[in-house]
Amino acid sequence: MTTTELVRSATSPEAPVRPDRRNRWYKLRPKLWHLFLIPFCLLWVYPFIWMVSAAFKTQSEMLLGGLSLIPKEWTLENFERAWTTAKFGDYTLNTLTFSIAVVVLTLLASSTAGYALSKPDLPGKKVIIAVLVVTMFIPHSYTIIPVFLLINDLGLNNGLLGAALAQAGPGLVVPILLFMGFFAGIPRDLEEAARIDGAGYVRTFWRVLLPLAKPVIGTVALMNFVFSWNAFFVPLVFTLGAPELRTLGVGMFSFFGQESTDWTGLAAGACISTIPIVIVFLFLQRTFVEGIAGAVKS
Amino acid sequence: MASTYAATRRPRAAGRWRRHAWSYAFLVPGLVLFGGFSIWPLLASWWYAFFDWDGVGAPTDWVGFDNFSEVLGSGDFWQAFWHSFLFSFAALLIELPLALILAILLNNAWLRGRNVYRLALFLPVVTTTAVIGIVFAVLLDPIRGVVNTALTDVGIVDQAVNFLGSTTTALPTLIGIDIWKGFGITLIYWLAALQTIPKDIHEAALIDGASSRQSLRYVVLPMLVPIAVVILLLVFQRSLNTFDLVQATTQGGPNYSTDVVPTYVYRFAFDPYLQAPRYGFACAAGAVFGLMTLFITLLQAPLLRGRARGGAL
Repeated sequence: MTTTELVRSATSPEAPVRPDRRNRWYKLRPKLWHLFLIPFCLLWVYPFIWMVSAAFKTQSEMLLGGLSLIPKEWTLENFERAWTTAKFGDYTLNTLTFSIAVVVLTLLASSTAGYALSKPDLPGKKVIIAVLVVTMFIPHSYTIIPVFLLINDLGLNNGLLGAALAQAGPGLVVPILLFMGFFAGIPRDLEEAARIDGAGYVRTFWRVLLPLAKPVIGTVALMNFVFSWNAFFVPLVFTLGAPELRTLGVGMFSFFGQESTDWTGLAAGACISTIPIVIVFLFLQRTFVEGIAGAVKS
Repeated sequence: MASTYAATRRPRAAGRWRRHAWSYAFLVPGLVLFGGFSIWPLLASWWYAFFDWDGVGAPTDWVGFDNFSEVLGSGDFWQAFWHSFLFSFAALLIELPLALILAILLNNAWLRGRNVYRLALFLPVVTTTAVIGIVFAVLLDPIRGVVNTALTDVGIVDQAVNFLGSTTTALPTLIGIDIWKGFGITLIYWLAALQTIPKDIHEAALIDGASSRQSLRYVVLPMLVPIAVVILLLVFQRSLNTFDLVQATTQGGPNYSTDVVPTYVYRFAFDPYLQAPRYGFACAAGAVFGLMTLFITLLQAPLLRGRARGGAL
């Protein structure tokens, strides 16, 4: 766009046309996108609607098939069966224990490491960061065998702590980088002031810097909680020999393997494992999404 | 001279160490956890790959490259390998561009309800893959599944399609579900990328008389390139390592038509119907795949960097 063109377009007789184009069509145009977006998003939401509706249907209605999403007869029996007979109550407790253990381990290890690595003059810092980033993409499935054996050697096999260690360890890179970025952005004067006031390294970290890092703590905690709540591979491997320690994701399969599959019970189980985390997510989605976005940008 | 050197130099080195001692102490938990459960296993699995080993006791039967040659000569492994790549090709060709289009759309402030759309698309991301796998298995069931009921009612197909149970449709179906599940997170990546572009630049282009389409093509998209490389790698890695979904639905079947490398590895080590686990062989398969993934990733990087310099998407 050259200057002459700009001048011409600004002074040409066509210029006043622009406000005219803000007529009905112009106003309607943004709304037309909904015609595309609503069906598109329904494709994403439908399985969830189906899941909730099936959980409230009776077995017989389910077996008859039919496309109706509204149960003819509402029943809570499926939830009862999933919660007690299929042990989803126990699985929920296991999942909660596992997820909290992962969050605690992650916060402990990543906040301290992130603080240490935020020191600009720490010798060896670059090497450590490079190794962390390069190995970030290793998927669980390549390393699971040695991890399994290591945890076995530590005597933590068939326990939720072992699974939590296996889940938290490889997932540390992003939290460390988030904490590192945050602490690096804090003025060093603050740290020095605390030092002059007589606080040691640990005290400065614990009393001064960590309270400031609350947003990062929240993001890391939430992201890890959601991901470990939904983890499948690690809990699957570590509960192969201990069915009573299954998490919700793994426990879903207890509905299979019988002569006939209990579809409505399955749907109720799916609701039990999905609804809590979706509620957590809905309340804290801004933190969660910003955390992911921050991780990508950094 | 020597004494002054010792006198000034030594304490300084010691002081430097003392000054950072706490920092190193702070690194310990992170390094133990990450080193123990990520770096050591990576190295160890290469070591185990040289043994014929069922996981009982320490590995003693050194077999050299036998496991590797067996992996490389196995048709099943190459089939699983190919399937893994199909997952990522599909994600890169379908999910990545589609998510970008939606991100551009949902990034517009004039679009009402855009947060609701974002949430809807993000819902599968916060759901356990096992649940998604099972719900889809039921939805796509050939006898009572809603999808087949609808398709036959409308008359699109005359006979119910056994989506997950037939060797021809199982893999495309799983790839479709994988894209469905990953779509939300890719969308968030793109939205994050779009937000790194300063608003004024886009607005300046509009004021200069560019249409919003031109501004998108010549201003916004070129600026996305550097971060697009990161997103591409993230999506590539995620889809290449699809495991949960396959394990939760078909376990690689029917007749290995949906087998991917992680399920292949898993089967040799943890399959409950296995006579004796073959940890050494499973490690070799994982190591080969890991190496090839790394190679392909490295192959892409300079290519993309060259493109980024060229400024064209």
